[in-house]
Amino acid sequence: MIEFRIDRRSGVATYLQIVQQTKQALRLGLLEPGDRLPTAREVVEATAINPNTVLKAYRELEREGLVEARRGLGTFVRKSLVGAATGSPLGRELTEWMRRAHTTGLDRESVAALFQAALDEEFPEGEQ
Amino acid sequence: MTYEGAALEAAGLDMKYGRSSNHVLRDCSFRLPTGRICALVGANGAGKSTLLALASGLLRPAEGTIRMLGGTPAEVRERFAYVAQSKPLFPQLTVAETLRLGAELNPRRWDQAAAERIAYNDGPEPGARIRKLSGGQRTRVALALAFGKRAELLLLDEPMADLDPLARQRLTGALMAETVEHGTTIVMSSHVIAELEGACDYLFLLGSGRMRLAGECDEILAAHRRLTGMQGEFGQHTVIEERGAGRGRTALVRPNGDTDAGSWDVEEPSLEEVLLAHLRNPDAPDLRTRSATPAPRLEAAV
Repeated sequence: MIEFRIDRRSGVATYLQIVQQTKQALRLGLLEPGDRLPTAREVVEATAINPNTVLKAYRELEREGLVEARRGLGTFVRKSLVGAATGSPLGRELTEWMRRAHTTGLDRESVAALFQAALDEEFPEGEQ
Repeated sequence: MTYEGAALEAAGLDMKYGRSSNHVLRDCSFRLPTGRICALVGANGAGKSTLLALASGLLRPAEGTIRMLGGTPAEVRERFAYVAQSKPLFPQLTVAETLRLGAELNPRRWDQAAAERIAYNDGPEPGARIRKLSGGQRTRVALALAFGKRAELLLLDEPMADLDPLARQRLTGALMAETVEHGTTIVMSSHVIAELEGACDYLFLLGSGRMRLAGECDEILAAHRRLTGMQGEFGQHTVIEERGAGRGRTALVRPNGDTDAGSWDVEEPSLEEVLLAHLRNPDAPDLRTRSATPAPRLEAAV
């Protein structure tokens, strides 16, 4: 069973932290189709967050087609995200790009800034 | 206008102690929809405990009306629970006896399993006497009584003040878990803003005798922005607080219209930032969202 970690200081909305951690677990294969997500009760008991926050996160995951709520049984994973991650061609290209940035002498912060700028341009905040 | 049900609703509350000319509450009006977990915050002496005592019916307002769960506090006594800051319990009873007392006093509503979940999870032994308990364990027992009663509305005055950070987190988790199935409405006062931020979805900020901010945490946050830029002033936006930022100025504002119109860096503030800015600036205008505004009939009744 996945356990969510909530960081109040991160500046990321709590429901988004749950969405992001679920997606990360799907990418890494830690969650697979058929696996059950913890109930709202289990999540709030462990994290002391508001129940509506959990429900909002699960609704969002459901809207994206990643999980489904089965009445009286719980919320289950529908779709895997493995393949979008490190081993894929896109992942390999990114690793290669990082290596080139490194050899041209860029430091970690400059690479992070470049990456973030490109990310923000291609995926503006608020867009899913 | 239609309203979802209100757990707690007040209009024109006025309260002062003794002959003092200092009003603790003055024309205080607010509304709390059912099913919300509401943080009641304010500076020391702002009237948080007074407000909860008025809501519970322990005190009577000098003026104004207070309605809860569709009745007066006296009419709905069975359906709400009030846990005072001092957590009054009988010191000579054991924990188990205290819970049995709760069962005897609430014969039709008592939920022993819920009471035991709150009381005993990493808490005291059933046979332990109340007078021997630590502050945190007393808090657990007091909250267990409130939950065993299956109250629809819980009024908790500084419930976590005696607890260490781990116990706070666990007990808040236990409270949230109990509310999942029953849709319990909770009002809890505190001055530790961070501890309430994750658990609460509704906020009351009490100051100068009235509700300075009241409404959904999301909506209150969405009504504020931090603007930083070289311009000396912030146009049509309502400034809550401003200060210098290098060669420019930075301000917490309530936007009136588009914030992109100026050449500011626009940020979303945290709830803590919004609260602190209002605490530092008592003259900032009040903000009450639609669901936090009492029904017109109640205001008319004053």
